[in-house]
Amino acid sequence: MAVPGSSAGQTRTRTVRAGSRTPHEKVTELAQHEVTFPITDEREILKLRAGDEVTVQGHIIGIRDRTQIRIFDEGVEPPMDLRGAFLLHTAPGVRKLGDGRYEKVCIGTTTSARMVRFTEPLGAQYGVRGICGKGGFPDDAIEPMRKLGMVYFAIVGGAAALETTQIEEIEEVAWEELMPECLWKFRVKDFGPLTVGIDAHGNSLYHDVQSAAQEKLKELYARL
Amino acid sequence: MSVVATDLQHAVEDAAAYLYVWALKDIPQDLRDALADAQNRETSIPGQRVLTTILKNVAIADDEQNLVCQDTGIAVYTCRVGEHFPLHPTRIYQALKHGTERATVEHPLRSNAVHTITRENTGPNTGYRLPIVHWEFIADWDGLDVKCVPKGSGSENMSFLKMCVPADGVKGIKQFVLESIVGAGGKPCPPGIVGVGIGGSADYAMYLAKEAITRPVGTRNSDPIVAELEDELFELLNETGIGPMGLGGDVTVLQCHIEHADTHMTLNPVAVNYQCWAARRASAHISAEGEVDYDREA
Repeated sequence: MAVPGSSAGQTRTRTVRAGSRTPHEKVTELAQHEVTFPITDEREILKLRAGDEVTVQGHIIGIRDRTQIRIFDEGVEPPMDLRGAFLLHTAPGVRKLGDGRYEKVCIGTTTSARMVRFTEPLGAQYGVRGICGKGGFPDDAIEPMRKLGMVYFAIVGGAAALETTQIEEIEEVAWEELMPECLWKFRVKDFGPLTVGIDAHGNSLYHDVQSAAQEKLKELYARL
Repeated sequence: MSVVATDLQHAVEDAAAYLYVWALKDIPQDLRDALADAQNRETSIPGQRVLTTILKNVAIADDEQNLVCQDTGIAVYTCRVGEHFPLHPTRIYQALKHGTERATVEHPLRSNAVHTITRENTGPNTGYRLPIVHWEFIADWDGLDVKCVPKGSGSENMSFLKMCVPADGVKGIKQFVLESIVGAGGKPCPPGIVGVGIGGSADYAMYLAKEAITRPVGTRNSDPIVAELEDELFELLNETGIGPMGLGGDVTVLQCHIEHADTHMTLNPVAVNYQCWAARRASAHISAEGEVDYDREA
């Protein structure tokens, strides 16, 4: 699945025809990408389209509710460079090895929707390019992501056993007093498969699925 | 009597500690079958991607003896206590609490329990009124059945209650379940088990919805009228197109289970409690002599 040999900040892409099996509109041609973070070049982000499959290499940053409350509501500057970063909504299960060093036990991903209000400032103030979580962002995230060149990546919620094997090392931890909602820097290998849930072109799979479902509900109610 | 009670209390405590970890690592066969069946039915590409990843994750949890999901949940137990079981429920509760604590400390497991206002951690997955236990008392029997259901918060947050009026009828129940699951979208980690509680009172309807998600996947209510509603809602929910992880597709739910109670002539309550695809549960049967028989299927 992963395309070998990609270098930092570049995406490798190949396109797969979905064929006639899928009845779900809009998603008839899907690409597979391998992407290495951090990414500062917006053109790399614009290659990703809602529905595409993505595997991530490089470095990602773990972040959660309390971490972002500290940055934006309490105005504390994060002690890590977030330019071009891929953020993961997580509160990892870890074992302490000693002085600021931790090893992974079980690392999974939490529901993103609670943290949608931080999308715009993350992009505008810190240059974040990717946000990854489960369950999607509501429509409030579409315009900031389009304007600032950001992507929402959907991970499979609950698939923590797999996710843990794709995190090679916990390289850095900041704000340990917020444990487990610290700022975490992970080195990853073949992280995914992820699905582009919201792209930087203004498309949201969640918006499309919800609109279609609301229409479908009217039809179902009429049958009851 | 006190000696027997003490031994029994330890047996129940050991069982609880074992069940909590077992449930988190090794999901039941009926759930594995339902997920494999979902993968066969799904035709959307993102949906296929999600289900393939889920099945791979379950296999890795087996191989690495790791947890299926990092959310160790809120510890919920259901207890069926025989009339002649020689340990009072007070002591059964103590044993379940100590077992939960031991599992959390000894494994170790992430501890999620906090005071609901201060948000300070209250202990190793225990606290005031935690764990939560559902009780049922059985006449003419001397055994105890314990089931541990670690309940993840992503799906528990997608719980809904509506006091329909009698004039809303069964149609009102169906509409509310449908709009709840569509509104929840990808947040509760679909495809999972939709638990529905109908009748009784407001609080009891939600209690019944939780009971419903603890049943083996695809079991049916013993009342044929309710079982028919389970079949119908299962079909309707999968027509919504929400799909695996809310990314669109044919499989929105693995099952719909309903528990019901008779109610007041002016009431028509309906409660929805969602259980994520990682619908973890593990059971044990404990005899009056303290013999523990672990059961993967119950």
